[in-house]
Amino acid sequence: MKGRTTPKNAAQAAGPKMAPESSNKPSFSRKIIQTLLIPVLAVFTGLVIGAVVIVITDATVIAAYRNFFHAPLEALLATGQAIITAYGALFSGSLGSPVEIYQGIVAYFTTGDGKPLLLAIYPFTESLATVTPYIFAGLAVALAFKCGLFNIGAEGQFFMGALASAFVGYSLKGVPWFIHLPLALLAGALAGAIWGAIPGYLKAVAGAHEVVNCIMMNYVAFRLSDWLLNGPMKAPGYRPLTPVIQASAMLPRFFPEPLRFNWGFILALAVAGLVYWLLFKTTLGMEIRAVGSNPDGARYAGINVVRNFVMVMAMSGALAGLAGASQVLGIDHWVGQGFSAGYGFDSIAVAMLGQSHPFGVVLAALLFGTLRSGATRMQSMAGIPIDIISIIQGLVIIFVAAPAVIRWIYRIRVARTEATVLTRGWGK
Amino acid sequence: MATQIVQQNWKKSYTRARLVPGLLLIGAGLLILLLFGLRLESGQQATFGLTPIGDTNVVPVPDLVLSVQPAIYILVIITVFLGAWQLARGIRSTGALIGIVAFCFVAAFLIWATKGQSMNLVGMLNTSLVRATPIALAALCGVICERSAVVNIAIEGIMLMSAQAAVVAATLTHNLYIGLLAAILMGSIVSALHAVLVIRFKVDQIISGVAINIFGTGATSFIASRFLEKNIDLLNNSGIFPIVSIPLLSKIPILGPVLFENTPIVYLTIFLVIALYVLLFYTPWGLRTRAVGEHPKAADTLGINVYLTRYVNVILGGVIAGIGGAYFTIGSVGRFDQIMTAGKGFIGLAAMIFGNYHPVGAFAASLIFGFADSLQVKMQILRIPIPTEFLQMAPYIVTMIVLAGVVGRVHPPAADGQPYEKQ
Repeated sequence: MKGRTTPKNAAQAAGPKMAPESSNKPSFSRKIIQTLLIPVLAVFTGLVIGAVVIVITDATVIAAYRNFFHAPLEALLATGQAIITAYGALFSGSLGSPVEIYQGIVAYFTTGDGKPLLLAIYPFTESLATVTPYIFAGLAVALAFKCGLFNIGAEGQFFMGALASAFVGYSLKGVPWFIHLPLALLAGALAGAIWGAIPGYLKAVAGAHEVVNCIMMNYVAFRLSDWLLNGPMKAPGYRPLTPVIQASAMLPRFFPEPLRFNWGFILALAVAGLVYWLLFKTTLGMEIRAVGSNPDGARYAGINVVRNFVMVMAMSGALAGLAGASQVLGIDHWVGQGFSAGYGFDSIAVAMLGQSHPFGVVLAALLFGTLRSGATRMQSMAGIPIDIISIIQGLVIIFVAAPAVIRWIYRIRVARTEATVLTRGWGK
Repeated sequence: MATQIVQQNWKKSYTRARLVPGLLLIGAGLLILLLFGLRLESGQQATFGLTPIGDTNVVPVPDLVLSVQPAIYILVIITVFLGAWQLARGIRSTGALIGIVAFCFVAAFLIWATKGQSMNLVGMLNTSLVRATPIALAALCGVICERSAVVNIAIEGIMLMSAQAAVVAATLTHNLYIGLLAAILMGSIVSALHAVLVIRFKVDQIISGVAINIFGTGATSFIASRFLEKNIDLLNNSGIFPIVSIPLLSKIPILGPVLFENTPIVYLTIFLVIALYVLLFYTPWGLRTRAVGEHPKAADTLGINVYLTRYVNVILGGVIAGIGGAYFTIGSVGRFDQIMTAGKGFIGLAAMIFGNYHPVGAFAASLIFGFADSLQVKMQILRIPIPTEFLQMAPYIVTMIVLAGVVGRVHPPAADGQPYEKQ
């Protein structure tokens, strides 16, 4: 029974009899497949439903279906056309069109002109650049999840980190880059940490639930940034934005203009590795995970739960602040109103899809960042509002949080494992 | 020996419990003096209009004219006196204490802001009630759900989707009441989804709520971009509910225009507050709900169907949230703008916690938030030196202070947030 069976029918055969603590431990590859199965199917189902939404709201398709009984083939063709246009635009907007890339390579090797190649890989590098803040923000939410906390304040922390790093970026002049850049990043992380520590402190000391507090902090951050961008931090001129940061504070880019891919991505991967090391290879990480899975048991074991709450929220806030800092220092080089535009909620989807594991978060961030980046192209090319991504995200979160739905749709019988508890109720 | 030590400890905590509020009160009084009482020119007056401008219906009441300097000093003296009393003798009801201090602070602020100018107080009170309406409806929805131990963060998303449904239905059928019905229907459907996810699939309640919020924001913005913005007159132009004056009661000076000259949705809200209070505490349904919220297992052994109770409550909450959503469009501006709820659902949850999960308390808390909301608009008109953004922050900061338990501990239902497993 052991080596020959495929993962699916082994699970089916072992089905109801298989208990988590049995000696029949699943092989490493089977574990990977089991962990990946639900998220992959969740994303796939989300994209399918997204396609359905696109189709049923498309004016030409609706018109074609009015004549369905006269010209059924036309209606089906229109449906297919709508889907292909939409998702084709999504693909070429996120990864670049293969044809253009090929032509660019040919042009480079024949004429030595790199411009067409650069333009062809622009979508791909743009996706990677979009992925960077998602990695940071996803790590922030995932770290909080690991401790049983729900950091919904990533949006506000993102914004504060961006403002702080922009401030350091444009106000210090004549400082060499190896001091200026780390200082700016540090400022962003610190601002985010403070913004996250406040709800953490309130939860630790007064038991106030961090979700509502984080949401309140988000709104306070928005108003504060409104004031700052129209007042003290405003660049000369009419628009509410900060001055452009000094060159010594910018994250170096790999390619010439207009590509924006920068070292922030490498930094994000490094930080993901750091978080992995922290969570799984240090005592502190073990404390965090212990508090996350059973706060009462952790308290009984002598772990200071209160201190952990504050520290984890601060670290989580720091990561979200770094997300904002990396966006400012690497991509935009200034901060404007409406800057963060949804990173907070997206990062929740990323953290959940990545099962709160740093490497999972990186993969999920790659997916969502690519989707977001392509969605802007989808909006301009196929006229589909960018909000479709939010719809898909909401669905993905539901599917990942309720795997039973996916299992019911696809008739999967997976071995029952311990359900991950992500957060707790009010006032605990 | 042991009793001596116990007595000493008890005395220490008792004195500290009296010391802290007392000092806080005196501190508040000094703060009022510092912020509002300095640099006042004697002879300045603040005029508060007590009759709504242009309102011929109500019995006219002369304006309240206060001399600024003496008024503020009196408020400071009251606060400090209360603080001293608290230190010396101790006052039993901390709630009343905080209420009086808050009143003094706000009164001093208003007098200071209006010095040399006039402000229509009755108009502002009416605006407070109207702006409190969506918050109150969100809070009531929260109360119903949380009393049966289902955390409902999705109120924001539900209100947004109901708002859109209301305006589209009302514009298509040229009938505002059908719009209201559509909003109620949408609210019940979405909250039913939340209920199924949370009760049947045992998804974490907060995650389900957040997912519905994300989905709601995306779906409404998507539909708005795709359809509403291109077909405004067909889909997004519904008109609003007219203001209905209750014949005799609206003539009462001061209270009349505030309470009895409003749109139907506001009347519905007040009715729902009273209805929910009666239903929750004086009917068998209410008792079952609260039992399920506090100790579902015990309720189950008594034969109460825990799952059904929770389903019914969450869907009823959805109905109320649907009405709240309708307020934004057909009760207020007559069209749908993207993300127009602007966090009112979350503030409603905060009001619910502020009001200790009690319908009347939640309504009172919503009034406070509504007052803060109308205050910041008035402050812009009065041109006081505080930047408007800071005034806009005030409701949120107040929420956080409240949640931190400064105003006493709140007691959520004991089984809040935990899915029920029938054994």
